[in-house]
Amino acid sequence: MTITYLEAIREAQARVLRDDPRVFIYGQDVGRFGGAFKATKTLALEFPGRVLDAPISEDAIVGLAVGAAIEGMRPIIEMQFADFSTVAFNQIVNQAATLFWRTNVPCPITVRLPFGATSGSGPFHSQCPEAVYAHFPGLIVLTPATVEDAYSMLIEAVALDDPVIFCEHKLLYYHLKAEKLPREAIPIGKARIAREGRDLTVVTYGVMVHEALEAASELSDEGWETEIVDLRSVKPLDTDTVIASVARTGKLLCLGEAWPWGGVTAEIIARVAAEGLDLLDVPPQRLNARDTPVPYHPNLWAAHRPTARSVAAAARNLLRH
Amino acid sequence: MSPPVLEARAENAAFRKTILAAFRFMLLARLLDDKFAALYRAGKIHGGVFLGRGQEALSVSIGISLKKNDIFAPLIRDAAGRLAFGETVLDAVRTHMGSALGPMRGRDGNVHRGKPLEGSLPMISHLGAMISVVNGMLFARRLQNRHGTVGAASIGDGATSTGAFHEALNQAAVEKLPLVLVVADNQYAYSTPTSKQFACESLADRAIGYGVEVQNVDGTDLFACLKTLGEAVLRARHGGGPQMVVARLLRLCGHGEHDTADYVDPKLKNSPLGRDCLKAAEETLLRREWLDASTLASMRREVVREIDETVAQVQREPAPDPFAENWTAISCGHLAEGDEGNQGDNMPARKS
Repeated sequence: MTITYLEAIREAQARVLRDDPRVFIYGQDVGRFGGAFKATKTLALEFPGRVLDAPISEDAIVGLAVGAAIEGMRPIIEMQFADFSTVAFNQIVNQAATLFWRTNVPCPITVRLPFGATSGSGPFHSQCPEAVYAHFPGLIVLTPATVEDAYSMLIEAVALDDPVIFCEHKLLYYHLKAEKLPREAIPIGKARIAREGRDLTVVTYGVMVHEALEAASELSDEGWETEIVDLRSVKPLDTDTVIASVARTGKLLCLGEAWPWGGVTAEIIARVAAEGLDLLDVPPQRLNARDTPVPYHPNLWAAHRPTARSVAAAARNLLRH
Repeated sequence: MSPPVLEARAENAAFRKTILAAFRFMLLARLLDDKFAALYRAGKIHGGVFLGRGQEALSVSIGISLKKNDIFAPLIRDAAGRLAFGETVLDAVRTHMGSALGPMRGRDGNVHRGKPLEGSLPMISHLGAMISVVNGMLFARRLQNRHGTVGAASIGDGATSTGAFHEALNQAAVEKLPLVLVVADNQYAYSTPTSKQFACESLADRAIGYGVEVQNVDGTDLFACLKTLGEAVLRARHGGGPQMVVARLLRLCGHGEHDTADYVDPKLKNSPLGRDCLKAAEETLLRREWLDASTLASMRREVVREIDETVAQVQREPAPDPFAENWTAISCGHLAEGDEGNQGDNMPARKS
């Protein structure tokens, strides 16, 4: 039996609904229909009255979640696409993210963002807003890259007393599979070494972990051993694991599917430069999507985002420096 | 069963008691606001001061119509309603003066105060966004099988132009939540007149569009406001779904105390809208002999003493200490980033 990344998200939600009466799910089409991606498939039937359809009103959806959290509930919000969370931006960054700081009342909401590009999705169904949310104090931003993490991190996210932006990558939904659900998990806030290597560190997260792994096996054939750090959590950022890896390899490539300006890759380079500049043998580099909206046509899309090919090429430049 | 005449008399006595309580809250709110304005001019308040002058009748009617376990998300001119809902003068003064002992601990100030677990919500500046938070509290209570409570949200004419207002009003209607949405149509959103704010004939039209029951009321008339708000809250409490009340009145001050408000049309000031609701209520109560001049004078003395004593107390209280502050924005401390990525600590020099 295998389980996909999407099924793991569904199973995680079923589990928290079963284990915690405070949990409910609210979002567009999440009820009987089971969600645009089927992440809540049959949950409305299994948990009557707790998986609820919302009008197309992202602002009011997240506002409602904040109010419910004040009353002791643990809402899970499904944004149909991460791109639509811009409509809820005010409620997320000004309402949810400031509540605890201002009032000492925690705001345990989980906002699930199906994020990242898939071929043919175009400018408004493809965005990666993780750095935007990570910028605001008061939010936790998670980016699981494996089936196991999608499951365990979502369960942990719901248990946390703070607002969590849960970025689940749409490209992994159906294709990424595991044999079974995990029994144990690395806690939120810790990065994971996805592959060990001595020559170069690639720090990445989300779907790019898989592009990096593919590039690493290509580079391995050429005699280069790449270490891949999967951040898992963008905020908090596990700087220690990154620095320790850079200390081993002396070379750093930061890889992200999001746009480059002020993003996660920039943050990692800033931290490594400030805390471990002398560990670097060569200037650190980063590889991101191009600074345009995400294109629709597969030809353009494939040239917009980093791929195993462009990761390997960037790595070679660093390794031959 | 008691005879109808006796019942009517008892009702009248209860109403009279409510009116007098409401009037006292209005007076307290007005004089408290006046004190904040004086402290602001004396440079004793950090940040802005926003008054409820002219809106006390409407405001108090919301607070007094609610019960202890209800919810109230006020707007910036709701001192009277907050007091009637149970806020202490002490909490209001502490928040304005930045006392570390206040509910916001110096992290937020002036009108941005509240105690969410006691049902009073601290507004964010994007006021329309508070409505759906009230919806969420009501929604949660329904999921928890806690029935019979009401949530009131207070906004101005300006907030009815925001997307958040429309999303939240529709959401409350779809979910049939016991929300009472009170719109203080006070003719100006900061300096913008209603002619540039909306084109429908009445803001009440907006409720109709969402299938929400709506009442119009003269916001300068305490008796009318109490009646209308009392009935709206009752309807919401007993399963009537969301209610909207639109009160027309005039803001009798600037947007904040920094604002001279010379843009306000003098014709409006001299119209019935420009009537001072506190003065009008006072005149009616004296004329009906529900209040006499000496009771009024002693009420005023009591209120002034409470305000002065509270301000004197708060002035002696500690300000927040940046060295003792917990600089963590999340409640799960083990996941806090702390000063990660910051090489300095931004601390001021310690006082020796």
